[in-house]
Amino acid sequence: MPFLQLKGVNKGFGSGSGRMEILRDINLQMEKGEFVAIVGYSGAGKTTLISMIAGLSRPDSGSVTLNDLEITEPGPDRGIVFQNYSLLPWLTVYENIYLAVDQVFPNWAPAKKQQHTETYIAMVSLTPARDKRPSELSGGMRQRVSVARALSMNPQILLLDEPLGALDALTRATLQEEINRIWQQDKKTVILITNDVDEGILLADRIIPLSAGPSATLGPSIMVDIPRPRDRRAINHDPRYKEIRREVIDYLLGAGGRPKTAVTRKLMLPDIEPEDLSVPRNVLSPRRSPIRRSEIKKETVELGS
Amino acid sequence: MKNGFKLDWLVLPMIGVVAVLVLWMITSSTISKELPSPGKTWESSKPYLQQPFEKRGEMDQGILRFTWYSLVLVAKGYAIALILGTPLGFMLGLSKVFTKAFDPIIQVLRPVSPLAWLPLGMVLFAGAKSGVSEMAALFTIAVCSMWPTVLNTAVGVRAVPQDFLNVAKVLKLSRTKTLFKVLIPATMPYMFTGFRLSLGIAWLVIVAAEMLTGRPGIGGFLWQEYNALVYEHIILCILTIGIVGFILDRLMSVVEKRFKVA
Ligand SMILES: Nc1ncnc2c1ncn2[C@@H]1O[C@H](COP(=O)(O)OP(=O)(O)O)[C@@H](O)[C@H]1O
Ligand SMILES: [Mg+2]
Repeated sequence: MPFLQLKGVNKGFGSGSGRMEILRDINLQMEKGEFVAIVGYSGAGKTTLISMIAGLSRPDSGSVTLNDLEITEPGPDRGIVFQNYSLLPWLTVYENIYLAVDQVFPNWAPAKKQQHTETYIAMVSLTPARDKRPSELSGGMRQRVSVARALSMNPQILLLDEPLGALDALTRATLQEEINRIWQQDKKTVILITNDVDEGILLADRIIPLSAGPSATLGPSIMVDIPRPRDRRAINHDPRYKEIRREVIDYLLGAGGRPKTAVTRKLMLPDIEPEDLSVPRNVLSPRRSPIRRSEIKKETVELGS
Repeated sequence: MKNGFKLDWLVLPMIGVVAVLVLWMITSSTISKELPSPGKTWESSKPYLQQPFEKRGEMDQGILRFTWYSLVLVAKGYAIALILGTPLGFMLGLSKVFTKAFDPIIQVLRPVSPLAWLPLGMVLFAGAKSGVSEMAALFTIAVCSMWPTVLNTAVGVRAVPQDFLNVAKVLKLSRTKTLFKVLIPATMPYMFTGFRLSLGIAWLVIVAAEMLTGRPGIGGFLWQEYNALVYEHIILCILTIGIVGFILDRLMSVVEKRFKVA
């Protein structure tokens, strides 16, 4: 029995002629302790997919089960890190995390809740910023608060929705190490949504590409059988790394790529014949202007991805 | 640079003031002989300005004393407006059904002038043994100044980002906790914009309310002096009302800004 299972999940938005099918026939099985990365185009439906696992929305058809129980609403067993951090701006780092701790462990003594909160702030190295508000933090720091908040709830599964998408490359690398370290520490089940194939290979046990929308679906699982700990410098030269990377990208550009769209547009070819300067500028002799007029042509362009 | 700055906030406004004074002077000496000139207004206003807290009689008091009476009345009516308006705004923002039921009637009542509400207030509290005029005035202030608070709060509640609501859902916050930890803080900036607009209206209404009820205060004084043909004091009152209104608005926008940042 798989830990997390999605079976034949379909999801769309709108109704009537405005109906948009977003996800089609999504099937996914995950074992406890597994780290799966889902890679896909932006707008394909990655957030939509993770929202259904989080229980924030329900599939139109199909089922999402955790431990064989249908997911119908959000719960503390699934910690989610939202794409845009979603910290409450009027609360400090400490208060944001304490709010979660207080909700999930209501029966603990206040001292224990406080200590638990401090532990997770320390885990993401934010103790010096514990009394700052989100607006006073950098993007990377906010993301760490968001991760700490999700982890402090001690969830069975951690859902990361493009957690590092908005960060610069250097901060991104640091936080990847941090996610890796945290995962090594308590071997949680993790789903990482990302648009960065390298990030997936560095962190995950398995990468699953999500095809381009509309009606996106999951491609074949690609096992990342590169031994841990993976070093970001060494991994670049690993032949297996190159193979995995190519497989994912081939799927995303090939079978799971964007449907080709053709666009027809009008072009105006400019006057290319030079003026005849030997002819004096004179109202009576209009021959000085170009002989060939602008030409209008039609052209069809096929758009790649 | 520094000169330009001074020009902006000191010299140009002065030019505006002088222009209006000149226009006033010309008007009072040509087309409207009844209008007191600036000089006469100043002479006649002096006692009220120099002893602003003096009480010489019920309707003959220093200008700041009158202002104080008015401010107290406004504060009471405004408090009622906020206490009723804020929850009403939240209900409108949270419930589509509630909005459909009450939005039309609110849109109809909103443009009604204080001059129309006051007599109704008098009728409403006619049974009371004392303080009928005060209650009617408070009723009028509250009912007129409530709407910006109601509508802005409702807009603010509807504009709470889905992200914050998702956080509340994921954390399984109770209804009360969602209200106090998420909805109210997220709506705060809109609420305070409403509060500021409401205060402006409350101050507008006070004059009408005092005029019609004859209560001592800046508006009551204005009306009395009109009837007593002391036109200089009408101008004194107008200027005082304007300045006080301006100060109130500035104070509220300072408060409003504090909540915008958070
Ligand atoms: N609540 C919604 N109502 C209508 N359309 C939506 C809604 N949420 C997402 N969509 C649409 O679904 C598609 C996928 O969105 P999303 O899951 O956020 O993509 P991704 O996270 O992969 O970038 C987009 O075209 C988006 O416009
Ligand atoms: Mg997304």
